[in-house]
Amino acid sequence: MTEIKTERELTFKEAITEALMQEMERDEKVFLMGEDLGVFYGGGPFGVTPAEKFLKKFGPERVRDTPISEAAFVGAAATAAATGLRPVVEIMFVDFFGVCMDQIFNQAAKMRYMFGGQAKVPMVIRTVIGGGFGFAAHHSQCLYSIFAHVPGLKVVVPSTPYDAKGLLAMAIRDDDPVMFFEHKGLYGSVKGPVPEEPYTVPFGKAEIKREGKNVTVVATALMVHKAIIAAQKLEKEDISLEIIDPRTIVPLDKKTILESVKKTSKLVIVDEDYERFGFASEIAAIVAEEGLFYLDSPIKRVATPNVPIPYSPALEKAVIPDEGKIISAVKQIVG
Amino acid sequence: MALSQEKMIDMYKKMLTIRTFEYKVKDLFAQGKIVGAVHLSIGEEAVPVGVCSALKKGDYVLSNHRGHGHCIALGVDVKRMMAELFGRETGVCKGKGGSMHLADFNVGMLGASAIVGGGLPLAVGAGLSIKMRKTDQVAVVFFGDGASNQGTFHESLNLAAIWSLPVLFVCENNQYAESTPVTRVMLVKNIADRAAAYGIPGIVVDGMDVMAVHDSTVEAAERARQGYGPTLLECKTYRYLGHEEGDPWTTYRSQAEVEEWKKKDAINRFRKYLVDKGVLAENEAAEIENDVKNLVGEAIKFADESPWPTPEEALKDVFVSPNY
Repeated sequence: MTEIKTERELTFKEAITEALMQEMERDEKVFLMGEDLGVFYGGGPFGVTPAEKFLKKFGPERVRDTPISEAAFVGAAATAAATGLRPVVEIMFVDFFGVCMDQIFNQAAKMRYMFGGQAKVPMVIRTVIGGGFGFAAHHSQCLYSIFAHVPGLKVVVPSTPYDAKGLLAMAIRDDDPVMFFEHKGLYGSVKGPVPEEPYTVPFGKAEIKREGKNVTVVATALMVHKAIIAAQKLEKEDISLEIIDPRTIVPLDKKTILESVKKTSKLVIVDEDYERFGFASEIAAIVAEEGLFYLDSPIKRVATPNVPIPYSPALEKAVIPDEGKIISAVKQIVG
Repeated sequence: MALSQEKMIDMYKKMLTIRTFEYKVKDLFAQGKIVGAVHLSIGEEAVPVGVCSALKKGDYVLSNHRGHGHCIALGVDVKRMMAELFGRETGVCKGKGGSMHLADFNVGMLGASAIVGGGLPLAVGAGLSIKMRKTDQVAVVFFGDGASNQGTFHESLNLAAIWSLPVLFVCENNQYAESTPVTRVMLVKNIADRAAAYGIPGIVVDGMDVMAVHDSTVEAAERARQGYGPTLLECKTYRYLGHEEGDPWTTYRSQAEVEEWKKKDAINRFRKYLVDKGVLAENEAAEIENDVKNLVGEAIKFADESPWPTPEEALKDVFVSPNY
């Protein structure tokens, strides 16, 4: 665990806001682009860019409201980046990527490689993921696994306010295209210590969010918190979970995961994204390839089953992983 | 606009270089020296040369799958282009892009997208960057009639229009999207007519007349540099060969139609214009032809003698930071 030396607490959303603000102050090449960033809900669809802080301070040139034309402004960000600027684009919900996918996975992601290293594409795409709010099939997905599959994109999935601020600052300063996934269930409801001064959290370094000895649990975003609740409950039954948050899934810190599995001999992966061919599957594959003989029981995946996210709270709860599903997976391999 | 004799000779030479280069590419593809897919622009040379001759140093160009002409017109080194087509390490993209992904950032060629319509948003970004950095560059994107039916066409023209960005949208209307005639997939007579929907000028140009293309580009570029925003320039042109090498084109158009367009051949027409104006003497024309033949011949030799990239190179250049 990173030792955070501050009394100050921010919500996950406030931490994102602070990172954006500080990076825009630090580097005038950084600018924001997206739908309704300026004044809607006081500044951004989720209020991440409050108008009194952003629009007022940086003006419409750097807080750039766009038409609903994701393909155009995502592609525009790629070339703006390749010609010297540092755009931070917001896609309101991850589900909207369908309309601009070509610009991400064929243009931005491949520009450097297919031109033989001539292009440098320092852009960030921020987006909102996750279920639990009754937003149904077009506003509740995670989908980060899709982006991790495509070469040329770095993929960041933070779980705490501290990580969110440091990883976003890192993403903006990084010279490659970075996909930054913010879980809507973390925005207002998760608070934590965040130093006021700017700092970065490096890519490719997982963090052990809770130490334990019986089962390794790898989780991202909101699922880290669900795993912590599961760990607290299981503690009473003398089952101790070690919770690892990779923080960035590209690049991925395999070492920390493998070392933990070596210690516990058991692995559960909690992934709010769809189960099939996803993040959980990748972690399982890596451990099978590089740490099979550390294991004394089968690897368990706790992920969203391969169905679209349903609307009804009763149905949504049935598909999205939670502490109950984590506990039940753990119990299948312990004991 | 009056052009210097030297400039006009250079334009003529570039048109000839494109055609000579591409006929050689056709042969080399047939011989298996060049692999994958090649899309030739023979017949369309007046458009890239007319446009690029009107640009200034530092301007940006975005290209597409049919992009050899765009690169030659902008001044990309022909040797390194050919080496790229040969897949060699001396290629402009170190052999990683090939015919469909030529780029040379040193001369402002920001690269070719081989997804139809994929380059238009990228041009908006180049224009946005110019505007935000407050330079007097312009960004040009070449695309075909087919791309004008993509959603990115609508989004990009609108975005460039509302932000008044210095972007020239150059549509090379060669009458066919692969095998599909333009008349079957749009009801408007001119693609340029669509500009009205975005509140920007839409200009129809004879794409077989390099001087007309040049003059229209100068006007549109000047407008863009002064901050008045984008222009849609539709150049009516024709490709003499198939969509790609291997496409016999006889199934969707007639020999008579092709011959009709060849009567308007842009290179012959420009040569006649230069000779009539006394800019070019017949013996000079022969000399230029010879120079161009040598230039392309040397490019082929350079490419053929260049080393293949090492297998390790395949894993490099994914990221700026070490790859993973």
